[in-house]
Amino acid sequence: MHIQIKKGRIINPATQHDAIDDLYISHGEIVAIGVCPPGFIPDRTINAEGYIVCPGLIDLSARLREPGYEYKATLESELYAAVAGGVTSIACPPDTDPVLDEPGLVEMLKHRARTLNQAHVYPVGALTVGLKGEALTEMAELSDAGCIAFSHADAPFINTRVIYRAMQYAATYNFTVWLRPQDAYLGEGGVAHDGEIATRLGLPAIPSLAETIALTTLISLARETGVKLHICRLSTASGIQIIQQAREEGLAITCDVSSQHVHLSEQDIGNFDSHFHLAPPLRSQTDRNAIRAGLASGEIDAICSDHTPVDEDAKLLPFSQSEPGATGLELLLPLTLKWAREEEIKLVDALRLITQTPAKILGIKAGSLDVGEPADICIFDPEQSWRVTPETLISQSKNTPFLDMDMKGRVMYTLMEGAVVYET
Amino acid sequence: MQTNLQLTKEGRLRHLLTIEGLPSDTILNILDTANRFIDPKTHEIQKVPLLSGKAVFNLFFENSTRTRTTFEIAAKRLSADVINLNINTSSQSKGETLLDTVDNLVSMQAAMFIVRHNESGAAHLIARHVAPHIKVINAGDGRHAHPTQALLDLFTIRYFRPDLSRLRVAIVGDILHSRVARSDIHALNAMGIAEVRVIAPYTLLPKGIELLGVKVFHDMAKGLRDVDVIIILRLQNERMSGSLLPSPQEYFKSYGLTSEKLRLAHPDVLVMHPGPMNRGIEIDSAVADGPHSVILSQVTFGIAIRMAVMSILMKED
Repeated sequence: MHIQIKKGRIINPATQHDAIDDLYISHGEIVAIGVCPPGFIPDRTINAEGYIVCPGLIDLSARLREPGYEYKATLESELYAAVAGGVTSIACPPDTDPVLDEPGLVEMLKHRARTLNQAHVYPVGALTVGLKGEALTEMAELSDAGCIAFSHADAPFINTRVIYRAMQYAATYNFTVWLRPQDAYLGEGGVAHDGEIATRLGLPAIPSLAETIALTTLISLARETGVKLHICRLSTASGIQIIQQAREEGLAITCDVSSQHVHLSEQDIGNFDSHFHLAPPLRSQTDRNAIRAGLASGEIDAICSDHTPVDEDAKLLPFSQSEPGATGLELLLPLTLKWAREEEIKLVDALRLITQTPAKILGIKAGSLDVGEPADICIFDPEQSWRVTPETLISQSKNTPFLDMDMKGRVMYTLMEGAVVYET
Repeated sequence: MQTNLQLTKEGRLRHLLTIEGLPSDTILNILDTANRFIDPKTHEIQKVPLLSGKAVFNLFFENSTRTRTTFEIAAKRLSADVINLNINTSSQSKGETLLDTVDNLVSMQAAMFIVRHNESGAAHLIARHVAPHIKVINAGDGRHAHPTQALLDLFTIRYFRPDLSRLRVAIVGDILHSRVARSDIHALNAMGIAEVRVIAPYTLLPKGIELLGVKVFHDMAKGLRDVDVIIILRLQNERMSGSLLPSPQEYFKSYGLTSEKLRLAHPDVLVMHPGPMNRGIEIDSAVADGPHSVILSQVTFGIAIRMAVMSILMKED
């Protein structure tokens, strides 16, 4: 299959390339940009005039809910939602049922995803058996089965000695450990940021300290063990500072934030709107502004969707009892563009946060439009607006704080390994 | 999403969910309406046919005797049909969701729900869910709000001290977990009270409470000085010893209202408590039963206030 993408504005953050060109694909790979390779006869031509052609997006956290939670979402529904959002590679956390702590489960998930042939799925294995924080998983076996990193998802991590040993063990094999910093005791029972809104609404709170104390512990352990550490879903200004200090000291720590936290704060909870019940909680406006600045300065490496499909019944409950999380795969691109527009960030730099840097964190060959790279490509119209409604969202779950809002930037085509897997 | 669930665009009361954001004339209207239900000579509460033929559901997901009973009496004095449901023991234990329960009761021709729930925001959830002709009164949701309690507290204060603008009010105790404290603070500030104070140890104060418009004290000797009204909060059993407080004895020593501590306040100070009281823990019997106490008046006025709220809500159609 030979595809020619004509007259698109090609943005490749990996090389800072940003120009209108033609792009040529053969046998699943990018073979040329600009100059037509000799003898190239396209089987299909895509007119991308007025569109942006960029690497397929890479999402560091999307829950696909399989196995175990098929009533919330299925691999079919969510992988199609991914490509509809221009996402071609997904890292999925291990908090399925059963938990991704056995090689067989990981192989099955990889196999199911391959059969569907939509986006690439990269499972993140459980760091401890059942995510109970007690016994280590067979990380080497899990890695052979296809796990690209090991995490604890949102499960509380109480025993510091177990985290220490898990990091030592992961370091033995040079595996990366992904952790969301939240002190189990300080976070226990909390559903909102410990600030003005939780006080007004009388909601059990999670102080910023829950993040910074855990973060300080994790960094100390990473320093000691030498493990590669990726910090997930940072939510506080002080957390960003702590990571920055660790980096200045020479530690190779990476971090991401969710696209929700780039735009929202505790103020948005309003009258107990459970769509704003997220983990970590939406924090103060100061924290949100620090996240926006941290993305611009490079202190934060990536934006992820933190896609968490939740069924409607689980949201139709009093705020504290509702299940946290938001659907996000289809909003990752427009929310990143929105931030870039509002902060006057160059497109090439904004797109880097959802392509090149997450690819690097995952350690996969993706996120670039260089010749010879796999043709995982997202083509979007940066000017087209669409409204977020249950009808326009493809994900099985419709839970998002951005419901009824207008988004600018619409995916027109998504290609995976040179095949068109989505087009409007 | 509606930005204001409890007020219509024209500012009329649609539900009563929280005191926060209620205009002072709405509050005054409720207080004045309550006043009309009290016979000026006998101080008895009259029976009127305002809610005749309407079904009022007392939907209590959390135990309460006093609040439920006063709502029941209030509805009966308005000639409504009152149905009491204690949900702890029935449908919730069978796995029915909150909104399923509500839908079923709506089918039974409910006109009004009076909701008590242990989760903040439960009454908002129901109000957002029901058809516009159905009214919701929040009878206490988690730590969030208890608007009728705040209104009856205001009514009581105004009954004994008509000039609100000069008063200093101190709220003492577990502010962190108290919906009464939050609603009282909003109500007192909406009415332009001179000063609202809270007095508690750090462990019982939520972060940023001063943003609600209060002065924070940790010491009764300083906090009670010259106050005109003291509202003592109930301390829940499960919070008396643990990581919030070491023991009820130590709490009583520092924060329990005794005759001795009462002398720090204004000589004509009023002592209030939303009930039920823990004598010897947050309040000494000598004070609870003493000449400054208006605790039993609060209960009586509570009936009039709840009648006022119900009648105003039902009239608004």
